[in-house]
This record gives sequence, structure tokens and C-alpha cells, in this order.
Amino acid sequence: MNGKGNPKLLSLLTLLFALWNGCLTLFHGWTAFWWLGLGVDFLLIVGIAELIGKRIPPLYAPLYRRSLSVSFPLLLFLAWELLVRGGVLSPDWFPPPSRIVQALWELITKFDEFSKTSLLGRPWLLLGAAWGNRPETVKELLAESHLYATLMRVFVGFFLGATPGILLGMVMGVSPTIRTMIDATLSAFYVLPKIAIFPIMMLIFPDPFGEGPKIAVVAISVFFLVTINTMVGVRDIEPVYLEAGRNYGASGFRLFYHVILPGALPVVFAGLRIALGTALIVIIAVEFVRAKTGVGFLTFYYWEILSPEKMYAGLVVVMVLGVLLTAGLKKVEQWVMPWRKP
Amino acid sequence: MEHTSRALPKIRASHISKVFSNGKERVEALRDFSLEVQEGEFLCIVGPSGCGKSSFLRILAGLLPASSGTIEIQPGEDPGKPLTSMVFQEYAVFPWKTVLENVGFGLQMRGVPKAERLTIAQSWIERVGLSKFIHAYPHQLSGGMKQRVGIARALASDPEILLMDEPLGALDAQTRTLLQEEILRIWEERRKTVVYVTHSIEEAVLLGDRVVLMTAHPGTQKAVFPIPLPRPRDLKVMATAEFGELTYTIWEALRGEVLKAMKLLGET
Ligand SMILES: Nc1ncnc2c1ncn2[C@@H]1O[C@H](COP(=O)(O)OP(=O)(O)OP(=O)(O)O)[C@@H](O)[C@H]1O
Ligand SMILES: [Mg+2]
Repeated sequence: MNGKGNPKLLSLLTLLFALWNGCLTLFHGWTAFWWLGLGVDFLLIVGIAELIGKRIPPLYAPLYRRSLSVSFPLLLFLAWELLVRGGVLSPDWFPPPSRIVQALWELITKFDEFSKTSLLGRPWLLLGAAWGNRPETVKELLAESHLYATLMRVFVGFFLGATPGILLGMVMGVSPTIRTMIDATLSAFYVLPKIAIFPIMMLIFPDPFGEGPKIAVVAISVFFLVTINTMVGVRDIEPVYLEAGRNYGASGFRLFYHVILPGALPVVFAGLRIALGTALIVIIAVEFVRAKTGVGFLTFYYWEILSPEKMYAGLVVVMVLGVLLTAGLKKVEQWVMPWRKP
Repeated sequence: MEHTSRALPKIRASHISKVFSNGKERVEALRDFSLEVQEGEFLCIVGPSGCGKSSFLRILAGLLPASSGTIEIQPGEDPGKPLTSMVFQEYAVFPWKTVLENVGFGLQMRGVPKAERLTIAQSWIERVGLSKFIHAYPHQLSGGMKQRVGIARALASDPEILLMDEPLGALDAQTRTLLQEEILRIWEERRKTVVYVTHSIEEAVLLGDRVVLMTAHPGTQKAVFPIPLPRPRDLKVMATAEFGELTYTIWEALRGEVLKAMKLLGET
């Protein structure tokens, strides 16, 4: 056995792959055995990728890995597309990726006359209005945008929840008395599914169908997560850093600013990351239930009118939103903590 | 005046004991430990692992309350100077500050103006050989380099008493020797009061005016060895017969304690 990856084995596997898929197609085996077909295909592809990986010079190894992680989902989409076209999967439940992309394009470019909304607020008009300095038009266009509605709820709720969360978490981390007093209560709220308080929020706010209750649920979900993480971050700072701080003359606010705050930041940011994900979950769920705008509403609306490819398009938008928001937070993190190992 | 300051030791620790109790468990770290350190003396403490050396330094620094006993430290003439600065065994260099910010930290806390602070910090960074890393963050440094930052931070804050807890423990033999020379040189310049904990008997004899030997578990004072080697010293002194004799005598006394400490560990 040499570790270099045997070229003969590689050709053999590739041949097997072609034969297997060829036979299944030829004998119409896909309908009955599609899961077996895909399973074997997957194993063969893993084997082939492994063998190729061993022959890749180290210089190109990162490129190879990146192309692996990009091409796998593409293959998955391809399999999906083929399975639907071949009549194995029902297009009513799993519309083929090509039609999802089409639906997404339609959602982005078309203004829905019936509900007077659009997904992105018609960016081509938006840019023109912003360029032409017509704030009224910009406002109107943003108001019709589902994405903007969801984003605003997430941002405002996140900010309103995270700010007091960090403050309370810091106080709890620093003071054992306050921590002991509040910790049990907080933990009890922590396990409560936050969506469950939405009806109460609708009761409390004067306009139960307005933005208030939605933002409040997001804020409350974020608040508990951030509070607990911040508290843990402060509490678990290496005691020797506090000792060093005190020994070199820091106390009170300066000890907090120079030692406790930066010492807790990594865990605080871990909490913010989780909270951001949760905020997204909560807002989509709320929009399913009670909203006239928002990406969650849109997805649910297309379920009601039985347009599966547009439902999937909604999911894609939510996924992209999640990825972008997380990446944005990561950037903020790197900017706030340049001292962390990259 | 000279006379009165002689009469009062810089540090007088009397009958210090320290018991750690978390829940049911009680660990007696120090028992009836007494020690006097004169102004301008370089005192070394040697003892087996776990005998309470670090705890004693923390008590001296006021970071840990003693369970019983008293500490008296004579303040210096300049009230702006800190009483003690500690070099921690665990480095305790702040990961979120650059080397320069770390070294200047004590001065910053004391309110020394920025320009002056930077100049002082910079010169100490040069002396410990880290000029190239002045703007680096600790995660970019090796363990030994971090400890040099810790040493520079303590020296830069110019305390009445320097407390050093195995400052060279993590270094390779060559860097260690270089820094021992540097510490000797710096000390000869200023003659600061130093309490220096080390595992190495050679290091203790090379640097110290006296070497205090501690017993294992609980830590008490077992013996004190004056080191009559002439000052100013340098590494050459290690080649003398007197140096060899002193190290050997101390090792003889320490061996029993180390064996005892190892047996104690084996039992638990
Ligand atoms: N915060 C603490 N809580 C409980 N026990 C402690 C604590 N700090 C130290 N101890 C115990 O006190 C004893 C002395 O510890 P200390 O760190 O002072 O030893 P040391 O002489 O510095 O050892 P080493 O040479 O290994 O650094 C040990 O048995 C240790 O387990
Ligand atoms: Mg120690």
C-alpha cells in the first residue's frame, strides 16, 4: 500500500460509478431503488474524492477542499433535479431546483399587485429613488419589502434584547449576590420556548397586529440567551487575570474595562451568535402565525395558495439571510477582538 | 535615619498560615510560616511543588487573605510607587493587550502620561529581548516569551518589592541563563527588594542573598541558607567551588522534603 492513491483503483472506481448509474437507468431501477442508487453513488464519490485527494499536491490542497465543499451541494441539487424529472420524487413536494431558482427570480423581480408587496422592495426603483433623493418613495418601497420587514424586526429586536442582556449579564457575573438571586428565575425563563409568550405580547401591546409584539418576542428571546452567556463569560474569566489586574493597580471601573470586559467578550460573542440564530427562528415562526409582511409570512402564504416552488424560494431567502447575518456578526467580532487567534 | 530603617525589615511575615477550604475539603497550604526580608535584599524561596510558595507570594501581594498571622510591609518614600508587583507563575499576560500595552499596564493604572509610559515600556521590552514583538498579541508568542512580557510588566511598574513566582520556569536552558544574567544586572543597578520563588537550587544560589527552604505540605520554613558569594555577581560565580558546595548543601536538605512530597502525592 502506498499512500499516493492508486491510479488503477481510481479508474476502477470511476468505471464502477458509470456502470452502476448506467445499469440503473437502463433497467429503470431508479424508481424502486433510488435511495440505494444514491447511497452507492455517494460511497463511490467519496472513494473517488479520497483517491484524488491523495494525488493532489499540497499547494492545491486548499483549493481542492474548497471545490469539494462547493461541488457536493451542487451534486445534491443535480440529483434532486434528475430524480424529480425522472418521476421518482413528486414535484408537488420537492419542486426541482431549476424551478425554485425561477420562482426566486420571479419573487425578486415581480411586484405582487394583489398584496401590494415585493420580496426586496424592487431594488431597481429603490436605487433610483435613493439616487433621486426622494425619501418618501424610498419609504414606500421599503414598506412593501418582505425582506426589509423581517430584517428590521430582527435588528431592532436583537438590539433591544442584547443591550440590556449584556448589562444584566455583566452585573450578574460581577456580583455573586445578584447572581444567586436571579440565576434560578432566569434559568426557568431560559427553558421556556419564547414563541409561547407571543400571545401575551399581543395582549400587552395596544396594537396586537403591529410591529410591537413581534419585536418584543425577538427581544425577549435574545435577552435571556445573551444575559446567561455574558454572565458565564464574566464568571469564568481566569482568576489570575483578575489578580494581575488588581496587583497592577486596577480596581472598580478600570478593572472592569481593562480586564473583566475583554476577558468576557469571547463568550459574550458566542452568546450573540446563538441569539442571532434564535432571533431568526423566532421571527419566522411569528410571521407564520400573525403577519402581513415578512419572509416568514411569504413562505406561509405560498403554502396557503399551494405554490411549493415559491415556498422553497422563501426558505432559500431565510437561509441566505441567516448566513449573511452570521457572517456580519463574525466581522464585528473580528473588529472588536483583533487579539483573538484567527 | 539609616539606623532606624535598618531596624525595620522591609517585609515581616509572622506566623502565616493558610487553609483553603472548598466545601468539605480542607487543604492546609501554609503553617506558621515566618520570614523577614530586608530592604534591598534578594531572597529566594525553594521548596517542593505544592508547598505553598505561590500562596505565600499572593498573601504578600495582598491578593489572598492569610488564615492567620500578620504581614507588615514598610512603605517606600514615593507614595506613587506600587508596593508590590508580581510576576505570575501562570504568566497572566492579558491576551487582549499587545506586548506594549501589557508592559505599560501598571504605569497606565498609576496614571503615568502616555508618552512617558510608552518610553518606559519600550525600554523594558528591549531589555527582555522582545523589540520585534512590541505590537504582537500574546497568542503570537511562545510560553517563554509571554513570561518575559510578565517580567517586563513587573519591572516597568517599578514597585517597592518585586515578587517573582518561578519567572524562568518555562524557559529553555539558554534563554534561562541569559535572563538570569539580565536579572542579576538589573538588580545590581537598583537593589530592589525581591522575593523570588524557584525550583532550581542553582538559580537560587546564583541570584539570592539568602535562600529559604520550605517543607512539603503544609509549608513551613525548614532552613535558611545565607549566600555569602561576593557581589556584584555574574555567571562566573557558578564555576567556583563555593557555589558547588552551597548548592549541594541545599540539595541535601531539600531531598528529604521532595521525597516526602512525592510520597504524599502517591498516597492521595
Ligand atoms: N485557590 C485554591 N483553592 C484550593 N486549594 C488551593 C488553592 N490554591 C492553592 N491550593 C492548594 O494549596 C497548596 C499550595 O499551593 P501553591 O500553589 O501555593 O503551591 P506552590 O508551592 O506554588 O506549588 P508549585 O511549586 O507547584 O507552583 C496546594 O496543595 C494547592 O492544591
Ligand atoms: Mg506555585
